[in-house]
Amino acid sequence: MGARFAVSSLIFPTNGDPLMVDMTSGQAHTLQDIRADYMAQTRRKRVYGAILLSLFVVMMVAGFQTADARNAGGFWEGLHRLFDFPGEVLGEALEKLAELPVHFVTYLPSLIETINIAAASTLFGALAAAIVSLLATRGLARWPRLVPVFRRIMDAMRAVPEIVIALVLIFILGGGPVPAMIAIAFHTAGALGKQFSEVNENASLKPLEGLESVGATWSQRMWLGVIPQVAPNWFSYGLLRFEINIRASAILGFVGAGGIGYELKNAMSWGKGQYDEAAAIFVLLFITIVVVDQLSSHVRDRLTHGAAASKKERQS
Amino acid sequence: MLSVQGLTKRFGNKAAVDNATFEVSKPAMIGIIGRSGAGKSTLLRMMNRLADASEGSITFEGNDITDLTGAAKREWQSRCAMIFQQFNLVPRMDVASNVLHGTLNRRSTLATMFNLYPQSDIHQAIDILDRLGIAEQAAKRAEALSGGQQQRVAIARALMQNPQIILADEPIASLDPMNAQIVMEALRRIHEEDGRMVIANLHTLDTARRYCDRVIGMRDGRIVFDGTPEQLTTGVARDIYGAGDDFSEAATSTEIEALDRPKQGIPVPA
Repeated sequence: MGARFAVSSLIFPTNGDPLMVDMTSGQAHTLQDIRADYMAQTRRKRVYGAILLSLFVVMMVAGFQTADARNAGGFWEGLHRLFDFPGEVLGEALEKLAELPVHFVTYLPSLIETINIAAASTLFGALAAAIVSLLATRGLARWPRLVPVFRRIMDAMRAVPEIVIALVLIFILGGGPVPAMIAIAFHTAGALGKQFSEVNENASLKPLEGLESVGATWSQRMWLGVIPQVAPNWFSYGLLRFEINIRASAILGFVGAGGIGYELKNAMSWGKGQYDEAAAIFVLLFITIVVVDQLSSHVRDRLTHGAAASKKERQS
Repeated sequence: MLSVQGLTKRFGNKAAVDNATFEVSKPAMIGIIGRSGAGKSTLLRMMNRLADASEGSITFEGNDITDLTGAAKREWQSRCAMIFQQFNLVPRMDVASNVLHGTLNRRSTLATMFNLYPQSDIHQAIDILDRLGIAEQAAKRAEALSGGQQQRVAIARALMQNPQIILADEPIASLDPMNAQIVMEALRRIHEEDGRMVIANLHTLDTARRYCDRVIGMRDGRIVFDGTPEQLTTGVARDIYGAGDDFSEAATSTEIEALDRPKQGIPVPA
């Protein structure tokens, strides 16, 4: 059976296969050398790894001690009380378990307001992010020289915390959902813009070249060539941002933007007797996040695989 | 030695592998042929236990491996190496590390996470690479290698497992003819020199005829042929590929007709 194939023809080939070049030019490199080189490389990597690991441990310990020393109360003294507050909330909520459904109904309108703020700000933020991200991606940008400018604009939008913008706007425009929406949309444009632009970098340029060859404008190329490629990833980042924004708009309720955050602040800070309401609000927020998450994975699956293919099973 | 009895795999109501039965009494080089979708990959994946069987059993040296779980399943997988069409290496790790992955089943998780392999293993990995003619590449990243070299790294990883069986799922389908020949000859050599059983899915008849002692033909999940390459006549091949009744891309006419011609060797594009 050995006669059925010929090894010899391959050991000394006449063409320029890279392997063969290695074998013939590799006279200087004996197996011993390769072994030694690789062992040396491995040892070097191990030493670097050990140094990095010990540096990490030392810095973590030192940093923790510094932080703990500056702590007003002290980490170890307070640690055993860590679960006091959640325990109290849960205890009261369990005591008044029967009232929870009533609270759900009570707080549903303010939850809807919070979700509305989040949805509107995600929508406007994502629209701005889409445009800025295309302008800030190398290879796609309308004005390549201005790429750094648009990147810095996005950095600035991300750098300002939404609560600061909200406080300023509430001071100027008065309390309510609109300032909160603008504040979150501003931050969203910066944050999503960066993520969108990273997605854009992975888009194939070939369809764009095709569209350019038929005389398409920049906007046409972006709309017809890039968006179809990046839409699923944009969408899933957008929904993740929506999730984050629900939480953000709940927090802005604390500073007077309305919604469920305002109710949560009241329930938590008015002291005893309201923790069941706080628990109800937490449960509502949790359910909302779960629903958005489920929706997101479902829609994303359909976008990437198509409605028909999502159920089809692969087989060799 | 290896016995497959009534092995079936269903996806929904479609049987990808339908009642496959065959016995292997001694280490051999076996080629499985058939057009794409015939169930060849699913059959190999069930033997490696990457996929679970719907029905039937796989027995190796008297041990039923069909329903192994946990550590026992992983131990079986370490004895039954798998080679893939797309090589399935870790692209950003160096070649020798990829080969050393063959020892993962024997080593502790913590040690392997920090790439701490014994020096003897590292030397053995480089020796195996040398046997396959790519020792020079040991320190390079796997992704920097050509397809043929990557497939040889995958074979080295399989050898590092010191397996009794090597399963190769379309090992040469992504390679040019030159590299395909190098890889197939490596597999043949491993079978002859080490006495390991090699089972390879192949998409071309001539490769199966040339390198294998035994050929199994599959069509629509069923085993329709099991015999020596000499028994593989044109009529049988037509049957396996379903050519004649309906046109099929998997069985191009040149391949079928090539069997009719007198032995003239396979042209190797240089």
